Amino acid sequence: MAEHNSTPKDDQYVNLVVDDVSISVEKGTTILEAAKQAGTEVPHYCYHAGLSSPAQCRLCLVEVEGAPKLMPSCTTIVTEGQVVRTDSDVATKMRQGVLEFYLVNHPLDCPICDQSGECDLQDFVFSEGRKHGRSRAAKRVLGRDDFGGDVLFYGDRCVMCTRCVRFMEEVEEKPLLSVVERGNRSVIDTFFDQGLGDAEWAGNIVDICPVGALVSKDFLYKARAWDLEHTPSICPNCSMGCNIDIHTRDNVVQRFKPRENKDVNGHWMCDYGRSRYEWLNEGKRIEEPLSTTSDGDLQTSLNWEEALRELGEKLKSSGGTLKVIASPLSSNEDVGATVRLIQALGGGEIVFRSATTSKEVPLPGFKGLKRTKYLAPNIEGLKVLGAKYVGDEKGSGGLQAISQHTEIVLVMGDRLEDQTEKFGSEAELLIYLGSHFSEALQEADFIFPINTFAETSGTFTNCDRRVQKFSGSLEGPCEARPAWSVLNDLVRIITGSESSHNVADAFNQLSGISEVFAGTSYSDLMPRGFKLKHDPPMTRD
Amino acid sequence: MGYPYSHPSEVSIISKHFGDPGARTLDGWMKNGGYDGLKKALSMSPGEVIEIVKNSGLRGRGGAGFPTGLKWSFMPKDSGKPHYLLCNADESEPGTFKDRELIRWTPHQLIEGCIIGAYAIGAEQVYIYCRGEFFEANQVLGKAVEDAYEAGILGENIFGSGSTIELTVHAGAGAYICGEETGLMNSLEGKRGEPRIKPPFPAAAGVFGLPTTINNVETLSAIPHIVREGSDWYRQWGTEKSPGTKLFCVSGHVERPGNYELPLGFPLRELIEDVCGGIKDKKNLKAVIPGGSSVPILSKEQVESCLLSYEGVQEAGSMLGCASVIVMDENTDIVHQVTRMASFYAHESCGQCTPCREGTAWVTNILKKMEAGQGKEEDLETLIELTDQMTGTTICVLSDSVAAPVQSSIEHFRGEYQKLLNNGGGHG
Repeated sequence: MAEHNSTPKDDQYVNLVVDDVSISVEKGTTILEAAKQAGTEVPHYCYHAGLSSPAQCRLCLVEVEGAPKLMPSCTTIVTEGQVVRTDSDVATKMRQGVLEFYLVNHPLDCPICDQSGECDLQDFVFSEGRKHGRSRAAKRVLGRDDFGGDVLFYGDRCVMCTRCVRFMEEVEEKPLLSVVERGNRSVIDTFFDQGLGDAEWAGNIVDICPVGALVSKDFLYKARAWDLEHTPSICPNCSMGCNIDIHTRDNVVQRFKPRENKDVNGHWMCDYGRSRYEWLNEGKRIEEPLSTTSDGDLQTSLNWEEALRELGEKLKSSGGTLKVIASPLSSNEDVGATVRLIQALGGGEIVFRSATTSKEVPLPGFKGLKRTKYLAPNIEGLKVLGAKYVGDEKGSGGLQAISQHTEIVLVMGDRLEDQTEKFGSEAELLIYLGSHFSEALQEADFIFPINTFAETSGTFTNCDRRVQKFSGSLEGPCEARPAWSVLNDLVRIITGSESSHNVADAFNQLSGISEVFAGTSYSDLMPRGFKLKHDPPMTRD
Repeated sequence: MGYPYSHPSEVSIISKHFGDPGARTLDGWMKNGGYDGLKKALSMSPGEVIEIVKNSGLRGRGGAGFPTGLKWSFMPKDSGKPHYLLCNADESEPGTFKDRELIRWTPHQLIEGCIIGAYAIGAEQVYIYCRGEFFEANQVLGKAVEDAYEAGILGENIFGSGSTIELTVHAGAGAYICGEETGLMNSLEGKRGEPRIKPPFPAAAGVFGLPTTINNVETLSAIPHIVREGSDWYRQWGTEKSPGTKLFCVSGHVERPGNYELPLGFPLRELIEDVCGGIKDKKNLKAVIPGGSSVPILSKEQVESCLLSYEGVQEAGSMLGCASVIVMDENTDIVHQVTRMASFYAHESCGQCTPCREGTAWVTNILKKMEAGQGKEEDLETLIELTDQMTGTTICVLSDSVAAPVQSSIEHFRGEYQKLLNNGGGHG
């Protein structure tokens, strides 16, 4: 069920005019945020919505009618009837002046700077700065410093906005960065060689750095910002469900970046989450549907239609129970379609395993945000839909019973990397729906190529039972399909029911499967997802 | 009484005991009527004390000249929070040396003023933030505070009044910007000495986020006298808008430089020619900085008619500031002086606001290049534009302090800059 914010009463609103646009904003809003709502982006560096505002970059100064000086729009709260000009001659000239100061010591090394293309200094100077700088002085040279972790510091590019210092102090609450020295000798530094030490969220300082002063070692020189495609998704590396953008170039994932969702992760994500994407770029993909001949040699099925019909017939005639090993990366739609298949066959169960860590890693400055114990995105979704958590804390073991199962075994997504021997040899029918080949499942009767979460759309349910949508950012092998789509086809073949290949339909089917999804709709998922009803009570271990 | 020289034109109230080691001790101060003002204040309500100070018209002696009584009255009543009184003794404006003398010679005068001020604003804690480089002043002040505690003048139940006022002396660590009131608060809290954005003003959220009043040493030193003698007594000196007396720190090319306590509104020319014995070696006057290095320079013509009151100096085209009069004779190299000042400010900029961080250094750089004969014709225009960009665009006024001498010197002494540009540098 979608949560709707109650509409604030009229007396909680303030009317003002920004650059001739009349707007009404909530009381307590800053001029900068109000201008944003009026469609004007006031240039700024030190201000960040997730941090305190020191008003020190002096770029967001605007003209407020009646005020003796230009006012910092990031800290000035709107008042009734205020008339603000961000585009007046005085304000524009001042911004041009401040921008010129920024370039006095800036190396202008955009051609070799990773931030180029997504740099606030580049953008603001390009749109409002002077054509030519007047400084003839030698520039200050600070060079490069390794701050530890994934963070590199290029002091020459720094605009001294102190966002990074404030993030470490206010949000991660590990004050490992500071401004050292004063005047134009000021520089961001760590304490002696301590570096960012045991920080676990420091990657965020790279995201919030408005220029190329703090860059990611992992992303260094990998891609130009303008070549990247951004696709909204959900971090798959724990159950928090941090909203992310997957940045891809030429169908290769280059990095994960946090995407704002004030109900889940604010502007942030953890270092663990952002650093684990390489598997999405791995080769060894299953390219087409395969079935095994009786002598164990793999044989290519001609096409999906044929493969599905063949498997459908076998399932129909078998009449056995279906035991499923799902991956904790399976989407709600995948699990829902599995439940439908079990129902069609007349019985079975779903189990899943997940790697865990011993401790949660909270971000102190943003309530509720943490790296969870489970290191997979849809633990709660699987549980809600009746799947059983098995195995140990490493995400292995727990498959003894299923390995002995003599009827139908379906493995969905889990590569069974802990299984040394051929798995499921007792089963009458062994089916593997996977993105990548699996040693243990080489001799499965049917091997079907499915998409990873990054290649398709769907939903995950996070640790707080918030259902959130992800979108496909990569193209999988051309024959690969979402698991739910394959399973729904099988249900169609077995029962003769209609089968849709639309993810919205796959989601909406969930309401018929589980009462906690009753009344929910795919169209309610935007923009920030919604929380499931809390009955039956949550089962958390 | 002036120090090291005195003059009959002076009115010695706060400087009465300059040069008199006898008044430095608690006993000596008591013998001279010390702490009578405090006793009187304690017999009145805090509101009555504020009223006297308001009526006296005393204005802040740190530079801004804000009415002290009014400032005190801004403190919240019944806030339920602890209040603080801060004494700004981080005297570091180039050209200023009055607070140091006040602390050195009459530490109890300051302590008495602090206690009265704290009583008036309902503060139980006073911090005197004393410039670290004032080693002797720090020692003298520390000893005086110790003695005052021993005599029951500080601590619990002062003079049996039931009031508790604690006083702590905190030595700074050598940063000009910590003399800016909110920078001082940050420094006192153990943070970087960076001025804070206002609002909130100190009376609402000052040091440790609590209601705070901050006053200059000279301001607080005048308080005991005003409370003891009354506001009308104080108003017999000075002008309507600038009542009372003020210490003038005269330095530079005069025969008798030093501190002189004069009624506000005293003519600048008379100060130089009569009180200070004229320009050194009978040379001619070129320019005067009337209020510390961060105010506009006055040309010889402007000096002629300038009266040393807050409004008088403003009329003449500058600011009274902290009344640090720097006198420059005909041989002074103005560009060199301005370069010295600019490099001081560039060195002392805290660095948080961009126009100041980058601007002060850039302006200094241009000036140094000019001095070295590498200036370009367009540099003068650039200097004016840059300093325009640095005025009114920052959290505190440090960058404005560079703009003032640069712009006023170009206005009055453009020829000297031009000469450097024409001749390709070098002095003289």
